Amino acid sequence: MSRAMLSISRLNLWLGGAAALALAVVVILGANPFAQDPFTVDLALRLGKPSMQHWFGTDEFGRDILARTAHGALISSGIALSTVLLATAVGGAIGVVAGFLRGWADRAWMILIDALLAFPGILLALALVAVFGASRWGIIGALTLAYIPIVARVVRGATLSLREKEFIEAARVSGDGAVTIMLRHVVPNLAGPVLVLMTSMFGWVLLSESALSFLGVGISPPAPTWGNMLAAARPHLDVAPHLAIVPGLCITAAVLAVNLLGDALRDYLDPRSRL
Amino acid sequence: MTPSALEISGLSIASSDKLLVKGVNLGVKHGEILALAGESGSGKSMTARAVVSLLPPGVRRLSGSIRLGGDDLTVMADADLRKVRGKRVGMVLQEPLSSLNPAMRIGDQLVEALLWHEKLSRSEARQRAIAMLERVRIDDAEALLRAYPHEFSGGMRQRIMLASVFLLKPELIIADEPTTALDALAQREVLDLMVELGRDSGAAVLLITHNLALANRYADSLAVMNNGDIVESGQARVVLAAPAQPYTRKLVEAVPRRSEIAVPAPRADGDPLLSVRGLSVEYPARGAASVAAKRALDDVSFDAWKGEFIGVVGGSGSGKTTLGRAIMGLVSPSSGSVRFVGEPLSMPRSPAFRARTQMIFQDPYSSLDPRRKLVDAVADPLRHEADLSAAERRDRANALLEKVGLGGFGERLPHQLSGGQRQRVAIARALVREPDLVVADEPTSALDMTIQAQILVLLQTLQAERGFTCLFISHDLAAIEQVASRALVMDGGRVVETGDAGMIFAHPAHQFTRALVEASPRF
Repeated sequence: MSRAMLSISRLNLWLGGAAALALAVVVILGANPFAQDPFTVDLALRLGKPSMQHWFGTDEFGRDILARTAHGALISSGIALSTVLLATAVGGAIGVVAGFLRGWADRAWMILIDALLAFPGILLALALVAVFGASRWGIIGALTLAYIPIVARVVRGATLSLREKEFIEAARVSGDGAVTIMLRHVVPNLAGPVLVLMTSMFGWVLLSESALSFLGVGISPPAPTWGNMLAAARPHLDVAPHLAIVPGLCITAAVLAVNLLGDALRDYLDPRSRL
Repeated sequence: MTPSALEISGLSIASSDKLLVKGVNLGVKHGEILALAGESGSGKSMTARAVVSLLPPGVRRLSGSIRLGGDDLTVMADADLRKVRGKRVGMVLQEPLSSLNPAMRIGDQLVEALLWHEKLSRSEARQRAIAMLERVRIDDAEALLRAYPHEFSGGMRQRIMLASVFLLKPELIIADEPTTALDALAQREVLDLMVELGRDSGAAVLLITHNLALANRYADSLAVMNNGDIVESGQARVVLAAPAQPYTRKLVEAVPRRSEIAVPAPRADGDPLLSVRGLSVEYPARGAASVAAKRALDDVSFDAWKGEFIGVVGGSGSGKTTLGRAIMGLVSPSSGSVRFVGEPLSMPRSPAFRARTQMIFQDPYSSLDPRRKLVDAVADPLRHEADLSAAERRDRANALLEKVGLGGFGERLPHQLSGGQRQRVAIARALVREPDLVVADEPTSALDMTIQAQILVLLQTLQAERGFTCLFISHDLAAIEQVASRALVMDGGRVVETGDAGMIFAHPAHQFTRALVEASPRF
């Protein structure tokens, strides 16, 4: 790898790491009793401009936006993280098994996956939330099901190219069974592409969750998420734009941070980058 | 004296941290073939790429001049250089599949190049292309113009490549390892053709190769490169007959040649270790039902006794690789049987069979898991030995790594190794369970000549020491002659000739064997 690429990867690591760290601090502060309470209503201070007491202003019920954004960070990123982990575990397992074993199992899984992929993810999630109910775990379950097909597809593709490699045949010739080969030789070599997928997915899920909340089927008020804060800000955009700007910027920053971090991690985990 | 077609003087090339070519002087006359020989990393390809100003990113020409028929290419503007490439300097590259555009019909590729460089009507260009394809002995050139590159074998593609290059009547041809990906028969066809076309058109040819036997056969003059320097140059036959420099001598010695003493054939009495009877493998028809199933292996029978070193030789598509894979149970046979120590084998192969057999693969870049340390890669097969602790497995792996000349390399990852070193690891992995049978599928064909020689010697030494039976699959007759006591010659999925290796190649009976022996360049 050339020096220029290395330094870009290092820059990614620093920028992404710093932003992700900031997000983590916000998540912890959100649960901190010393911060402003995100649920205290102060009708005298409706749609308040940013001030010394309320740094980011107040919303339509006079609640502190900073506190709500911080509390929302906990809920939003918690949902995104759980969804990404679950979807990767289930979708990854399906992809590896289907791609490695081929045959009828592959056919059957892929027909199912393609059928799911035919629905736009957000529509699928909407329908599933309607079934599961708009609780936190209902949303996680719905989004997980919506994202499993994407993971399964990507992982299956990578597995298909890996299984033709001679080191897989060498393991077979040594007497290793399918399970051993998958765990020892296929899964570790998928780490790079899957990690990148996971970080992009974190961004997509964060947006999907916001979209669901925006459409009114997400986490229900008064609990704040970045998505339902955006939704609530819509009627007041012309008088109090900061209501939308703050959670909007948070979503953007979080997505960017995780993607940068993912790129840096992929470079770090690539065995070829270590000499 | 006629002026040189290409005159390189004082050429130096460097990457950001290393001098790759150090003040090289070269001259090629019209109608002459100059072979530029050396190992990977010697700078021979960089020198050739500098001629057409196509150095890889990060690599620059520091100094020196490159004159093509009197014009200095190093001071030429980019737009003028584009007119030189293809028109005045033709390039033939190693991998014909990637140098022809897979999405374009052959005809369009040939015609487009002609139209770009010359003022011709489309039908005139077509006529010229057809005439040229007939020159490279392609039947039914009309039909071929409508075909796509993937429809042809490697040898055919390289002939088409030659046609497209000579079509523009260049003054200089740069051929960078043009036949490394081809088997001996196709190699001979392509190079014979290149010599003929070069002579007829009076073009100078710069042939870049790591194979000195090829230089000996085809080149008028030879320059040997090492570490960016030309260490020796002169008339090819003179240099190769009596190399003055130690480095040239080393290269010459690395060319495999018939053993002075025939490899002893330990034909033990009693039952054979491996017994193959009527083995056939068919690959099912793909897509359209009109495409018939392909018979990769057709009724092959042979026996192998303990301690034998058997060479399996044949061209691409002869079924030799399929034979090895069918024995190891990596492909299912459509009929026939394989017996190992008298027991018939079933699919999938039993753990008992896996414990006593191993395989060495062709491509050292894909045969090692990029994420596993060498010691783990070598120790992996030992996990099937129930009574060994993890520490014992590592000890045995480290001991074997030392045996193949990689002592202390255990903690490294595959990407830190050269191709030859990786192949040593693959050999260690194959031998760690002390197998009775090792199938080596083209273990040297991806390596440089000198490294090939080392790997062959290593395999031979270990085989003599440990007494396993080795099935050595190769398209390289010389390698087989060097190591094998017995040989199977394969063509079209069948074994066409079998017997004592020395005898077969000294007195080939089958016409295919004769063609193969004749096509194999040697000293």
